[in-house]
Amino acid sequence: MITEIGKYFMFLGTMFVRRESFKTYYKLVLEECVSIGIGSLFLVALVSTFIGAVTTVQTAFNMVSDFIPDYVISQVVREMVVLELAPTIMAVIYAGKVGSSMASGLGTMRITEQIDALEVMGINSVSYLVLPKIVASLMMYPLLVVVAGVCGMFGGYLAGTLTGIISPNDYVLGLRSSYNEFTVIFALIKSVVFAFLVASISSYKGYNTQGGALEVGVSSTQAVTSSVIAVLVADYLLAQLLLSK
Amino acid sequence: MIKIDNITKSFGEKVVLNGVSGVFEKGKPNLLIGASGTGKSVLLKCIVGLVTPDKGEVFYDNRPFYASDRDVKTDIRREMGMLFQGGALFDSKTVEQNVMFPLDVLTKMPLDEKLDRVNFCLKRVSLENSNKKMPSEISGGMKKRVGIARAIVNNPNYLFCDEPNSGLDPQTSVLIDELIQDISEEFDITTIVVTHDMNSVMGIGEKILFIYKGQNLWVGTKNDITHSGVQELDDFIFANKVMRSLRQQE
Repeated sequence: MITEIGKYFMFLGTMFVRRESFKTYYKLVLEECVSIGIGSLFLVALVSTFIGAVTTVQTAFNMVSDFIPDYVISQVVREMVVLELAPTIMAVIYAGKVGSSMASGLGTMRITEQIDALEVMGINSVSYLVLPKIVASLMMYPLLVVVAGVCGMFGGYLAGTLTGIISPNDYVLGLRSSYNEFTVIFALIKSVVFAFLVASISSYKGYNTQGGALEVGVSSTQAVTSSVIAVLVADYLLAQLLLSK
Repeated sequence: MIKIDNITKSFGEKVVLNGVSGVFEKGKPNLLIGASGTGKSVLLKCIVGLVTPDKGEVFYDNRPFYASDRDVKTDIRREMGMLFQGGALFDSKTVEQNVMFPLDVLTKMPLDEKLDRVNFCLKRVSLENSNKKMPSEISGGMKKRVGIARAIVNNPNYLFCDEPNSGLDPQTSVLIDELIQDISEEFDITTIVVTHDMNSVMGIGEKILFIYKGQNLWVGTKNDITHSGVQELDDFIFANKVMRSLRQQE
C-alpha cells in the first residue's frame, strides 16, 4: 500500500520533467476538455435532476410536523445538493465514466505499445498523455458540479411543484433564505480536489497496466474503486478541515 | 554504429540476458535472431532504453546511453525510429496524422513542409493514397508500412524493427524486408531487426547475431549461417523440413 502510494507520487513527479511545448499541451487539453466536459454533461444533468427530485420528495416525506414551514424542504434540498450531492455523488459518477475511460484508454495504449512508441521518440509519455487529462479535469469538473447543483435544485423544483408538495414561491423562498455563500465555495474546493484525484489515480492505474485485454479491464475497475475511495476519504477530511467549528 | 557491451538483465530469479555484446553496423540491416523466449525483444528494449539493463552499456556512435544524463538520452532517442511488432499506431489518428506525429511534437516545421515530408515517406512505403484512412481501416501489412513511414519521417540515424514480419503473409513479408533493407542503405541508417523468420534471415541477413539462452552465441552473415558449426544455431535454422531437405541436397 505504502509502496503503491510512493509510486503514485513518483508518477505525478515525472509529469513535470521533459515537457513538450505549450502549443502541444494547449491542443491536447482542449481535446480532453471536450471529451470530459461535453461528454459528461448529459449524464451529470440527468442524474443530478433526478437526485434533486428524489431529495425533495423524501425531505417532504420526513417533514411530519405542521410547525415546520414548507420552504424548509427547498432549504434542505439546497444544502444537500450544494454541499454533498453535486460535488461528491457526481465525483463517484465521474470516476465511473471519465476515470474508467481514462484508465482503459491508457491501458490499451500500454498493451499495444503506443506508450513505448512515444518513449522511443524521446517524448515523456506521462507528461504528454496524463498532464492534459488532469488539467482538463481540473477545468471541467468544477463546471460540471455547478451544472449538477443547478440541475439538482431545478429537479427538486419540478418534483415539488408538479406534485403539489410545495408551492413555487415557497420553493424559491427556501432556496434564498439563510443562504451561506461559503457552501458554494466549499463545493468548488471539493470539486477541484476530487477532479485531481479521479484523473490522476485513473491515469496512474491505466498507465501501469501490464498484460493484455483482460488486464485493461482490471485496471479500469481498480481505477474506479481507488478513485471512489480516495474521493470519500478526501470528502471527510475536507469537511473536517473546513466546516468543523 | 551501435555497440552493446555486456548487457545483462534478469527478471526476478530468471536471467534473460547474460552479458551480451556486439556491434551493429551502419547502412545495413543487422539481424538479431533466435528462438522465442531467448531474450531478443528484451535485448532490443534494452538497446532503445525501454528496459534498463542490470549491467552493461549501449553506445550510439560512441555516445554512452545509460551513463548519460536525461537530456542526452532524450537527444539520442530523438535520433531513433522504431517499428513495433503490432505497428503501435495511434488509434485515434489517421495514417497521415500518425506519420506526421513526430514532426508535430518534436519539430517547428511549417505545415506544408511537414505534409511534403509525410507524403514523401508514405510514397516511399507505397501508401500514397492512404493519408486519410484510420488504422482500423488498413491491413496488417499496411500498418507495418505506416509504422516504417512514421519511424523514418524524422530522418533517424537508428532504426529498430521488432519482428516486422509477424502475422504477415510470405509475399508481404518479403516486401517489408526489402523495404527495411532499401531504407537502411538509402538513408545510411543503423538498423536492428529482431526476427525468427528464416526467410528474412536468408533475404536481408547481411549481419546476424544469434541469441541463445540470453547469450550471443554466433555472429556472421547469411552466406555462412548454414556452415556455422554451432549446434544450437543449426537446430534453429534446420527446424523445418524445407531447410533440412536443402541441407541434404547440399
